Amino acid sequence: MTVDLPLVWGLLIGFAVLMYVIMDGFDLGIGILFPAIRSDGHRDTMMNSVAPVWDGNETWLVLGGGGLFAVFPLAYSVLLTAFYAPLIVMLLALVFRGVAFEFRFKDPRHKQAWTISFAAGSALATFCQGIVLGAFIQGVAIEGRGYAGGWFDWLTPFSVFTGAALVAGYALLGATWLVMKTEDDLQERAYDLVMPLTVAVVAAIVFVSVWTPLLHENIAERWFSWPNLLYLSPVPLLVALAVVLLTRAVAKRRQAQPFLLALALFLLSYLGLGISLFPNIIPYSVSIWDAAAPDASLAFLLVGTLVLLPIILGYTGYAYWVFRGKVKSDDGYH
Amino acid sequence: MEFDALILARIQFAFTVSFHIIFPAFTIGLASYLAVLEGLWLWRGNDVYVQLYRYWSKIFAITFGMGVVSGIVMSYQFGTNWGPFSDAAGPVIGPLLGYEVLSAFFLEAGFLGVMLFGMKRVGRGLHFFATLMVAAGTLFSAFWILAANSWMQTPAGTGFDGNQFTPDDWWAVIFNPSFPFRFVHMVLAAYLTTALIVGAVGAWHLLRTSSDAAARVMVSMAMWMAALVAPLQLAAGDLHGLNTLEHQPAKIAAMEGHWERQRGAPLLLFGIPDMEREETRFALSIPRLGSLILTHDWNGEVPGLLDWAPEDRPNSAIVFWSFRVMVGLGLAMIGLGLASLVLRWQGRLYDAQWFLRFAIVMGPSGLVAVLAGWITTEVGRQPWVVYGMMRTAEGVSPVAAPAVASSLALFAIVYFVVFGAGVYYLLQLMHRPAGNGDAETSPRTPERAAGITPGPSLEAPR
Ligand code: HDD
Ligand code: HEM
Ligand code: HEM
Repeated sequence: MTVDLPLVWGLLIGFAVLMYVIMDGFDLGIGILFPAIRSDGHRDTMMNSVAPVWDGNETWLVLGGGGLFAVFPLAYSVLLTAFYAPLIVMLLALVFRGVAFEFRFKDPRHKQAWTISFAAGSALATFCQGIVLGAFIQGVAIEGRGYAGGWFDWLTPFSVFTGAALVAGYALLGATWLVMKTEDDLQERAYDLVMPLTVAVVAAIVFVSVWTPLLHENIAERWFSWPNLLYLSPVPLLVALAVVLLTRAVAKRRQAQPFLLALALFLLSYLGLGISLFPNIIPYSVSIWDAAAPDASLAFLLVGTLVLLPIILGYTGYAYWVFRGKVKSDDGYH
Repeated sequence: MEFDALILARIQFAFTVSFHIIFPAFTIGLASYLAVLEGLWLWRGNDVYVQLYRYWSKIFAITFGMGVVSGIVMSYQFGTNWGPFSDAAGPVIGPLLGYEVLSAFFLEAGFLGVMLFGMKRVGRGLHFFATLMVAAGTLFSAFWILAANSWMQTPAGTGFDGNQFTPDDWWAVIFNPSFPFRFVHMVLAAYLTTALIVGAVGAWHLLRTSSDAAARVMVSMAMWMAALVAPLQLAAGDLHGLNTLEHQPAKIAAMEGHWERQRGAPLLLFGIPDMEREETRFALSIPRLGSLILTHDWNGEVPGLLDWAPEDRPNSAIVFWSFRVMVGLGLAMIGLGLASLVLRWQGRLYDAQWFLRFAIVMGPSGLVAVLAGWITTEVGRQPWVVYGMMRTAEGVSPVAAPAVASSLALFAIVYFVVFGAGVYYLLQLMHRPAGNGDAETSPRTPERAAGITPGPSLEAPR
């Protein structure tokens, strides 16, 4: 029996990126929401709600990047070169927000500066990720084994739109996370934020869904040809259902449901994107099979991944379990 | 134009990785130190250990945070700046970094939260386990990243298919000829670095309050470490050098400032290697000692830079001096360790003012030696990015020079501001005594009043 290693790895990398998006999504969202929540005490609580887990969340970004390096080196090389500017800015923004977790509590005199660093860093990193996403969907010019486009190919109205859309999306995840993890005043504020953010996110999903097939005929063909249309129709229908349920959950002041439903929205959008782009790893010319490293590399890393990934999921789950329940305002260690 | 982009990309890589390594060099040792402290506390029940644990874990948290954010930059920089290199070498070093993420980064990150925030939430045993996992993670991390770097220095177990390096034998790739030496040398370096910082902080507090019990424990533990590990490091470095002579002789020639291949070569104590004139000027040397150190034989033959064409020579002017800085500091550390043994024997370890001052001065020397060592290693392997197989110039991304120049400028500004602030906070934390009494913890009180979440009660549940 032979295993289609590039396919397995395509799915695994897809999984790593998805994990990153939903996990770091809500903690970046916390930073994006800082301007909307003015009380310093509330901001401390917000930060403490993610402080024990943000590092683990961000590690999925390293797995996504490192995994790409290992199994699709051609894609790693071309894509990262193509998205040079937004990626560098994203990395620097992550520096600003990452250190703020510690610095903000260490320096009362400059607390305000690290608050801004956290909020702006989170928003900018998200915006850049959205730009990269949009630029990826647009497609990347390649010649031989190298990037062949210009330095600002990534900058288009579409990519700026997806950048803004992702900011709204992460903010929604952040708001629903706060609903789940906080109480009283802060929780009420978070409830108030969920609905407008949901409206923005749904509008963005609709917009991108209409825009994307116009960008590339392959995508249009994949979605709108028969019988694909039939098989794929549940995706938009489920999106609609999730929105309805989310609205109800907020109205009924449910605790965890809004977060889970926001995750479902992300999952469905991600699935839709996967359907549009599969099996390209560099849209629209290089497939996962073209970009794959030799089987010896794929197999070597796969063995360890199959052993370690369940363990990682296990202790990550355990860490979340240890910090379950509502955050109290005195939960820091500082 | 091409050339400019290359130089800029190299500077950017060197700059970002040099900042990064400063943090791991400290956290690898500190994580193990914290595990030892918590273990001693659980075992002996002496509260001074838990005070020290609390004290250093705050410092650890900040350093670790800076290590993480600067590390994430590194893992993306291979692709942004070294695209063709990544494409070619990805099949080999990619999986090694992949294992680093899976076995080390997740482990560290997963248990760090429990270690820093979880004292109140999990039992003592589980908390200790979390600390151990973080410490293990930092060592696994060093294992894999050094395997990757060592493969680039002394490639083994691979072929080349025209586009990419292809792994044939993973065991040979990981345990390539320079890996065992580099791994031992780097881990010892990290332990020494930490010991010297801990020792300096302890010494500084002893100079102010000679009765400070916590500071005494710091100095005592750190000086045992220095006394034992610094000589080991000399031995490890010596073996490392012998191995390098075998696999990267040009690097050794550059480190020694030798131009002619010769028997019974001298050891140059001072000199200014001049790459243009192909000689080492103002050389001050001890006859034959060079051969003795490098080959363990008075008459051993050692290589000279003239054995290689000019375009294949590493820059001797840099590595000659970076190597001497490292070894010089290493010898000073041995001196510190010896002095501590003598004073300990005389019962004056905590009182001898000159010694405490010496320990303070030596505080940052581990970090400097680590940087000097890496510069020796990396500059000494030029012009190759994969030694003997792929030139650095072939590995650079086709990014235009202005783009790299802007990103480099951004990195420089951001790193100096952010990590500068971080280092300042670290020094502030170290400035506070770790000691027991209320008087000594009082500096923290105003901070709490300013709305900071209170410290954990490290008293575990039950
Ligand atoms: C000898 C040790 C060593 C060396 C040479 C390097 N690192 Fe490092 N790195 C560590 C030891 C370490 C560590 C001890 O594991 C860190 C430091 C603090 C931390 O969070 O983990 C870390 C963090 C760290 C992170 C963040 C991990 C996380 O999300 O938790 C990344 C992505 C990298 N590193 C990547 C690199 C790359 C690509 C390097 C080479 C160019 C590199 N490191 C050199
Ligand atoms: C962590 C400590 C390290 C330091 C301080 C360091 C330092 C340096 C320096 C100074 C250069 C530039 C050399 C020159 O251009 O003359 C360089 C280059 C490079 N290093 Fe390292 N290095 C470290 C670790 C690593 C590791 C662990 C890897 C790989 C896994 C690595 C991969 C590279 C690569 C790919 C280059 C290419 C750029 C070049 O050759 O100029 N380095 N490094
Ligand atoms: C005391 C005598 C020492 C000797 C003889 C020695 C020898 C060496 C040699 C020969 C290399 C280059 C290996 C190569 O690239 O092929 C090296 C690298 C290095 N040294 Fe040292 N060293 C000494 C002390 C130290 C000390 C005290 C530290 C730090 C605390 C240190 C940290 C490093 C590091 C980080 C590297 C780069 C990584 C590596 O290649 O291992 N060394 N050392």
